[in-house]
Amino acid sequence: MSETMEEVKREILSGYPAKVARRREKQMVVNGKAESGEPPEILANTRTLPGVITQRGCTYAGCKGVVVGPTRDILQITHGPIGCGFYSWLTRRNQSRTREGEDNFMPYALSTDLQDNDIVFGGEKKLRKAIREAYDLFRPKAIAIFATCPVGLIGDDIHAAARDLSAELGITVFAMSCEGYKGVSQSAGHHIANNAVFTHVVGKNDASPEGEFKVNLLGEYNIGGDAFELERMLEELGVTLVTTFSGNSTFVSMGQAPFADVNMVMCHRSINYMAEMMEAKYGIPWFKVNFIGAAATAKALKHLAEYFGDPALSARTEELIARESAAVEAELARLRPRLEGKSVIMYVGGSRAHHYQELFKELGMKVLSAGYEFAHRDDYEGRRVIPGIKIDADSRNIEQLEVGPDPERYAPRKDKAGLEDLKGRGLPVDDYAGMMADMDDGSLVIDDVNHYETERLIELLKPDLVCAGIKEKYVVQKRGIPLKQLHSYDYGGPYAGFKGAINFYREIDRLVNGSVWKKIRAPWESSPELIGSYGSD
Amino acid sequence: MSIAPFLKHTTAESLPREALTVNPAKTCQPVGAMYAALGVHRCLPHSHGSQGCCAYHRSALTRHYKDPVMAATSSFTEGASVFGGQSNLLQAISTEFELYDPEIIAVHTTCLSETIGDDIPQIIGKAEAEGKIPSGRYVIHASTPSYVGSHVTGYASMTRAFVDYFAESTGRRGDRLSVISGWVEPSDMAELKRMLGAMDIDYILLPDTSGVLDAPLTGRYQMFPDGGTRLDDIRTMGDSFAAIGIGRFGAGPAAKLLDTKCKVPMHMADLPIGLSATDRFIDLVRKVAKAPVPDSIARERGRLVDMMADMHQYTHGRTVALAGDPDQLVPLAEFLTDMDMKVKYVVTGTPGKGFEAALADAIGPAEEGDFRGAPSDLFALHQRLKAAPTDLLFANTYGKYIARDEDIPFVRFGFPIFDRVGHADFPCVGYRGAMRILEKALSVLMDRIDRDAPLEKLELIM
Repeated sequence: MSETMEEVKREILSGYPAKVARRREKQMVVNGKAESGEPPEILANTRTLPGVITQRGCTYAGCKGVVVGPTRDILQITHGPIGCGFYSWLTRRNQSRTREGEDNFMPYALSTDLQDNDIVFGGEKKLRKAIREAYDLFRPKAIAIFATCPVGLIGDDIHAAARDLSAELGITVFAMSCEGYKGVSQSAGHHIANNAVFTHVVGKNDASPEGEFKVNLLGEYNIGGDAFELERMLEELGVTLVTTFSGNSTFVSMGQAPFADVNMVMCHRSINYMAEMMEAKYGIPWFKVNFIGAAATAKALKHLAEYFGDPALSARTEELIARESAAVEAELARLRPRLEGKSVIMYVGGSRAHHYQELFKELGMKVLSAGYEFAHRDDYEGRRVIPGIKIDADSRNIEQLEVGPDPERYAPRKDKAGLEDLKGRGLPVDDYAGMMADMDDGSLVIDDVNHYETERLIELLKPDLVCAGIKEKYVVQKRGIPLKQLHSYDYGGPYAGFKGAINFYREIDRLVNGSVWKKIRAPWESSPELIGSYGSD
Repeated sequence: MSIAPFLKHTTAESLPREALTVNPAKTCQPVGAMYAALGVHRCLPHSHGSQGCCAYHRSALTRHYKDPVMAATSSFTEGASVFGGQSNLLQAISTEFELYDPEIIAVHTTCLSETIGDDIPQIIGKAEAEGKIPSGRYVIHASTPSYVGSHVTGYASMTRAFVDYFAESTGRRGDRLSVISGWVEPSDMAELKRMLGAMDIDYILLPDTSGVLDAPLTGRYQMFPDGGTRLDDIRTMGDSFAAIGIGRFGAGPAAKLLDTKCKVPMHMADLPIGLSATDRFIDLVRKVAKAPVPDSIARERGRLVDMMADMHQYTHGRTVALAGDPDQLVPLAEFLTDMDMKVKYVVTGTPGKGFEAALADAIGPAEEGDFRGAPSDLFALHQRLKAAPTDLLFANTYGKYIARDEDIPFVRFGFPIFDRVGHADFPCVGYRGAMRILEKALSVLMDRIDRDAPLEKLELIM
């Protein structure tokens, strides 16, 4: 297969202007483990070439849209012209279940709607006024301010405004300089949001949650109700979920995060900063989990039980896995024969293109090619490459917080030997092995895929299914090939956990074997000549 | 029925707001510029700014049309924001021509590039001088800072840019009528063409998103679909014997420019939404083009009036709230008033002179308890509805949360509509479009009557 994929790669590159081809060549890699077992190097987290028609969005989208957005009781104000606040208004499907008496500000898009006068004379005054007006209307416990592109350029000091208003109103007010142009993709925004939430929210609630086993779930944004499904399983196991970063989450619960015994990391790309900082400050270790796929879910739950080393918890875990796996097996027996051998290509996100391969494996489908939209090298090749990643000008812009042990609250949950022991038993403690380790040799890994490449890949690889996002969906489907959105789930889900796996199997069967794809050609297209005679029936 | 409110923090009490917009009834200029540019054949819209703008606009338009929306971006980084976006745009222009071969690249600016002060014509000139624009290919631009106007303004600016760059006057008056359309759906563009065709008019419609954003599923993907106004046609607009602009906000600037630049006599009209506005449009076309109104159109009108008369008991006296864009709101309010409904609240986020006066002309001055917010937002509208609800609400998809919370029959109308289909396929303009609006309104009103009727009053025949 590698030979073929090298040809595919060459064929795609041959359509580019030389300069573009030189750059893209390093972002398209045929997977193949070296003798050391390590995957080849890929270029990632680098600037998108202007004009290629990229999938990528901006820093604001990563900061507001992804990481901070899903927390329902933080009132969020976009400081800038109207567009950014409008487009991030309820469009990401982070579900949130508000309990009696709780705030839910997610249905509200708040903006300073800057006008040309504000751009000329500064918008800071308007921002301060807007924060006061927002406070009077909503009486929130916390307010978050997001900068859009022009804010940094006109010199508004949003952080001073946040500090002053925090003192004046007696609530938490914090600001993020997440102007769209910072960084090369949404990824920079994740980092900025991690820093702000860690600084202003985490550890600000002294009420200790009850529970024998306490965990945080990081990088789970509750698209389509995934987090609800995980909450259900953890509850059945008697594990207390202190908070999620950030889906179905609250300012109140995030404040309690340091009480957790361990952090489980789903989306490594968007939240690994938080995991590292919490370990450095509070001594909470983290391990990588993937709850997408039934086998992956079972593995993650077993790892959790092993972390706590409690026989009763382990027994409950085995029972839950056995109980829920039965339904999964039954559904797989029904659907796998309908999907086995079909092929898929997937270009999405910063972890989903990896996680979802599990579900396709379970269905017996082949992932021919995959890639991320905004990931870094470690998400492809594993965290072992981090020390060698060159920090370029775009990454240097993003503040790296210096975090040390908290003098009062630092308490290592496990000693070094304990962590080493867990690692020895296969727990990915403080580690993520990356996507390429799990992909077949000879598959094609592509970073920051663009429209031209997607078109060529479809022609050359002829996949039965494509996974990407809304901008790609109908481009692909016009060709008669179904596309599954893995950002919004096409308004379906949940796909996490065992029940989610069943939902996904059914959804892929619906897409790949749907009747409509067989109806694309009109009957007269296959026999264009008219036969028969005029004048009689 | 008791369900938890979605917008649980909204109360009837209105506090004064000067700095804060909550739940906007508008979005920013560039998305309108992108939409207008898609209405020209083989045109690739280009967003000169951070790549998030382009991603957001493409996503919004794709969710609305459930069709491919192709556009490119200059992908600004911090460096471009400091040193200007020239090198990004130059690189983008050559990459786009080489990879995608559009006939036109239509650049629109963003708040970022406008704040920096990038001089787009100068950059286009440089691209030309450096041979980055192949012969027979063009790069044009519109200035669309997000901190001015709204998505409607951006649509108008890009439509005007096509006239600015391409319309030429040869000095000979041709026999074609230019029709410049405000922001309507592809289905509406197709309906405008059908009506003009029925009147036997030789016309040029700018822009024309029919055949672009309502593409069929054939198993074949075309990056540049068959539809869209042809460049040659835009050129000859300068020789039109007259131009009709429909929708002052969306079409006004382009129509005015065609008049001043090419001396094409310009007539402005409302978007032909509803009975009276369509009457005025058809009558204007008839007079300007000296074309008789065919029986087929007269018959369509008669069928609309027939439906209005048949169902009058269900429309008479009903109160209505509207949120949307100025060009749509005025004729829509007029149409509802023609059916003896009472338009109580009207909200648009789009600022601009003339809207309130036009609305007052169409439906009379605001009475006590009425609210006309221009500009205002959906939060303010919701507060009014909480204080005194109406029988019916017209708004884009975001109106559904208000409709559900307040249990108000709801018709989706305007941009964006993310959660229903049909707007790309079935028109709202013209007499037939008016019948569709009426059918939609009646359906939700009568479903409500059925839902709430006591058993003994559940009518079989209505």
